[in-house]
Amino acid sequence: MTVAQPIIRLDQVTKAFGASSAGASFKAVDRLDLEVGSGQMLALLGKTGCGKSTIFNMIAGLTEPTSGIVTVDGRNPFHDFDAFRGKIAIVFQNDRLLPWRTAVQNVELGLEMLDIPPGQRNETAMHWLGKLGLLGHEHDYPHALSGGMRQRVSIARAFATDANILLCDEPFSALDEMTGRTLRAEFLKLVKENGKTAVFITHSINEALEIGDRIIVLRRPANIAIDLRLETETTVAEKDEIRQKIQNVLAM
Amino acid sequence: MTMSEPQAARGATKARGAIWRRAFSYILPFVVVASLWQIASLFFPPFLFPSLIDVFKRCFGILVHWDQLSDVLATVGRILAGLAGAFFIGAALAVVMARSQSANRFLSPILTLFQGIPALSWVVFAIIWFHGIEPRIFFIMVMTTLPAFTFQVLGALQGMSRDLTEMVMSFRPTRAKLFRVMIIPAILPDIMTAWKVNLGNASRVVVVAELVGATGGVGYELLQQQQVFDMAGALAWTLQLVFFVLIAQAVLTFIENIVFRYRAVSERTL
Repeated sequence: MTVAQPIIRLDQVTKAFGASSAGASFKAVDRLDLEVGSGQMLALLGKTGCGKSTIFNMIAGLTEPTSGIVTVDGRNPFHDFDAFRGKIAIVFQNDRLLPWRTAVQNVELGLEMLDIPPGQRNETAMHWLGKLGLLGHEHDYPHALSGGMRQRVSIARAFATDANILLCDEPFSALDEMTGRTLRAEFLKLVKENGKTAVFITHSINEALEIGDRIIVLRRPANIAIDLRLETETTVAEKDEIRQKIQNVLAM
Repeated sequence: MTMSEPQAARGATKARGAIWRRAFSYILPFVVVASLWQIASLFFPPFLFPSLIDVFKRCFGILVHWDQLSDVLATVGRILAGLAGAFFIGAALAVVMARSQSANRFLSPILTLFQGIPALSWVVFAIIWFHGIEPRIFFIMVMTTLPAFTFQVLGALQGMSRDLTEMVMSFRPTRAKLFRVMIIPAILPDIMTAWKVNLGNASRVVVVAELVGATGGVGYELLQQQQVFDMAGALAWTLQLVFFVLIAQAVLTFIENIVFRYRAVSERTL
């Protein structure tokens, strides 16, 4: 599927791990072509170990493809690593809060990298903590917060830098059903309100249907099995049909 | 539900009792050793077991006489300078070793070799290689504590959480900021432990270094006491170093309590 204005583009991307000379390399991603449009909310769905996180790391510039080209906003995120400072933010599967920093200091982390003055940094961090219902906990250390609260802090940290691209690696999978649902709704609202482009990795079909305005199902090694678009007016019956289709692909 | 007054009073009494028991269990071994020494002093001549009162008087004398106190301070200065030197060199080596596998492969055996060389051998080498007293002692202190500092900092760097490092890297920090926000706070607990461990080692090594190659300091003074068979003096000078180590450890613990207050404390301890 081609996208009018792709902001993220993967062109015949392959990623293999291990020593290929020894013949022991493992292909996590295999000749993947993918385009993500500006403002799009893409849900990447696949079984555990299908290479979702590898794709994510390549888009984030944390790992380099073995072959093929990855571009974000027309630049290589791995080689032009510093050029993406403040432009890509990540919400990880677990909160990854620095234990030696309070909630507000954790949210300020990305802003420190952007050399934002301390006063402004604090103001922005407090704004996002407020939006995520954490006022009153800003001076708590991570160990004093519940799992849901910690994940909220990590979402606040990602939003605080006002990055255009949000990469989310199963951020609600470690939470209980109710907390996950509430946070997901808050997250969706924030993404839409702020006009972000988001790539959301998940292994839950329901989560993908709830979040994505586009769903890509990956086969193993990572390659597109189906690419589906969801409109706002997609009915429950149509969603059920899509769910069935995804289940069939994942069962293969 | 709130606690009733008698329950609260019982709780407070229990807590006070626990503090006293802890204090008692800490002091008891010292009291037993001191008592045995004092009893021995009644049956043996003072050059073997001097009275603790004499030892205390000598200790006090060292603290109030500048010419003697300056010897203690010189030793303390040598310990701290040696440790600081070893720490900075060791930390730099550890960073290089953590970044480069080949540097690690090259330096690890050398440092292991250094670790196997006795402190006394370094004293002999220092006397042969260097002229001044201070460079000699500094060299000995650095060489004897360098491997431990290097391996401890290296271990801390290698043990850093990959998840947290990746998270910080996702914000694309400059190298200086990565050090400030991630690396230093992550390895600080191990650095503090390394200082605590090496402080004890250094205080033992400095005495050997001063004993052989110095004209001042606790080690030199111990040699003087040995020549006149003055056990009270020997004990008093030794205690100066013990006091220093205890004070330094207390300062480090105090710093740890402030800096590492973010750590969660489990009610069920090890």
